[in-house]
Amino acid sequence: MLARYPSKRSAVLPLLYIAQDEYGFLNDRSIREVAEILDLPYTQVFEVVTFYSLFYDTPVGKWMLQVCDDNPCCFTGAEELVANLEERLQIQAGETTADALFTLQRVKCIGACHRAPVLQANLEFVYDLTPDKVEAMLANFRSRVTSGERLSISGRLAEQ
Amino acid sequence: MTNGTAVPNGFGSEHPNPLLKEYIVLRNRAIADLGQIDVYVGHEGYQAARTALTTMQPGAVIDMIKASGLRGRGGAGFPTGMKWSFIPKDIFPKYLVCNADESEPGTFNNHEIIEHNPHQLVEGMIIAGFAVGSNTGYIYIRGEYAYGARVLERAIREAYERGFLGKNLWGSGFDFDLYVHRGAGAYICGEETALLESLEGKIGQPRLRPPFPAVKGLYAKPTVVNNVQTITNVPMIVHKGVDWYRSFGTEKSPGTFAISISGHVKRPGNYELPLGTTMRQFVYDIAGGIRGDRRLKFIVPGGASTKWLVDKPEHLDVALAWDDMRAIGTELGSGAVIVLDETTCAVAAAMKIDEFFKHESCGKCSPCREGTHFLTKVWERIEHGHGRIGDIPLLNDIAKTMDGKNCFCLLGPSSVSAVRSAIAYFSDEIQAHIETGRCPYGGLHPMPHVSTAEGGARTGQTSALVH
Repeated sequence: MLARYPSKRSAVLPLLYIAQDEYGFLNDRSIREVAEILDLPYTQVFEVVTFYSLFYDTPVGKWMLQVCDDNPCCFTGAEELVANLEERLQIQAGETTADALFTLQRVKCIGACHRAPVLQANLEFVYDLTPDKVEAMLANFRSRVTSGERLSISGRLAEQ
Repeated sequence: MTNGTAVPNGFGSEHPNPLLKEYIVLRNRAIADLGQIDVYVGHEGYQAARTALTTMQPGAVIDMIKASGLRGRGGAGFPTGMKWSFIPKDIFPKYLVCNADESEPGTFNNHEIIEHNPHQLVEGMIIAGFAVGSNTGYIYIRGEYAYGARVLERAIREAYERGFLGKNLWGSGFDFDLYVHRGAGAYICGEETALLESLEGKIGQPRLRPPFPAVKGLYAKPTVVNNVQTITNVPMIVHKGVDWYRSFGTEKSPGTFAISISGHVKRPGNYELPLGTTMRQFVYDIAGGIRGDRRLKFIVPGGASTKWLVDKPEHLDVALAWDDMRAIGTELGSGAVIVLDETTCAVAAAMKIDEFFKHESCGKCSPCREGTHFLTKVWERIEHGHGRIGDIPLLNDIAKTMDGKNCFCLLGPSSVSAVRSAIAYFSDEIQAHIETGRCPYGGLHPMPHVSTAEGGARTGQTSALVH
């Protein structure tokens, strides 16, 4: 991977993705490891982690559910979807369920405005997610955890 | 005309598009499985790259793109051939970067190209690299398009296996390596200098210009940055010629534009339209008009950054072309038409747009970092029934301090478009919110969550004016 770039510092995002998948989130140790590989001061890697929204520096669930509540989704069902998920998961947006399976986030435009309401689960798109489909979706995600399917919080295994 | 496909591709491919005679960019809709290299090669794929590399000089390719009139599809509409010609010949190495950070609210046309027509993008990168003398290309794709990144990785691997990437392509002596680089969630990285910072492994904050990337770009070397859709046009121009290309579109805006339409229309999705199609044709004839046959309220015509259009002839009969849109004070932008009907609260829409810019402000310059925060706060209190008498002048004041060249890059001024538009067309509605202490539309259902954690730390203190 380092060979792709004339400067190895360029590999910071891809390495952080790998570290995040390995540890489930970017803890202090993983940030130090990336900094060591790239010969960078810890702070220069840490500021990258805090700048980009897809890096998580606190523990998150096995599934990161990210609902777009931006224009135009907020006028085509996103608010109802967030309310539905908050009720079913018994958490507020920004929180993680007690069983550590799901984290729910509101996010900005994810480029699927024509199929709102829409969310990404570990960066897999779930389109046209009307409230009647939510329970089946959550059941599917729970069973994928139970079956031991390899999950990548950073979407490195994302399928359509 | 182009009929819809039998099997929907998830981007509205099933809808007919009677205004277009032939696809240039979304050819995946005319040819099933075009994303597979066998199919792509079977339909004359990579022949344009071979022709360019084995029979043309780089300067001739640049001249051809100049003659075609191709303009950048990322937002500014800058002539692509001219951009390529700015690259100095005597500085090495040079870099070619494809901006696939598509994050402008309402935009998902690059999304379809990447997932369904990746080889035409790869072929375009080879030709562009040859034209500007770059042996290394990066496709910087937004982190959220994780599946799209995998599609591109696969397409690039297949192209290497066939000898379309790598050393001495088609015996021409030209080498070209291409890599996918995933961003990690930051709208500002669509700004080209912020993108280059990000690609260098830093936080994505814009650079002071000049020097422009053409002179000092990636790793301080000459760099061309082009949008996905811009690059995807290139193989077809080389393959079918300038006259064919110019048979689409208008004199000053030749070709087609795959534009995303969303919101309250009956058939949302991507549509590749000849440039010069009117907004009225697009919204009503192509996308089927407003859901439930309600009345149109306003259109955000080119992404959240652009000034709104309303239901009046000079706005609806405008041609979708760069100069025509600018003539009525807005922008064609990134090809993202958001249509909102009469049930939409203009205050809520403006609030959500400025909340977006607040979230995405990189924090480098004060007018943008603080201004987007103030604007959102004022919109929130108006929408939630706590608006104050002086809030419209206050919004105007904040907007003034953010407009023009007061901010480091265009993100700050972009956030002002919603303010100016809402005040220009819906000041009565804003006033009604303030005077009655409630949203006449009942607010977003349920009321939007007032963000506390996000952005709070970065934006820090708010002024006494806004508190």
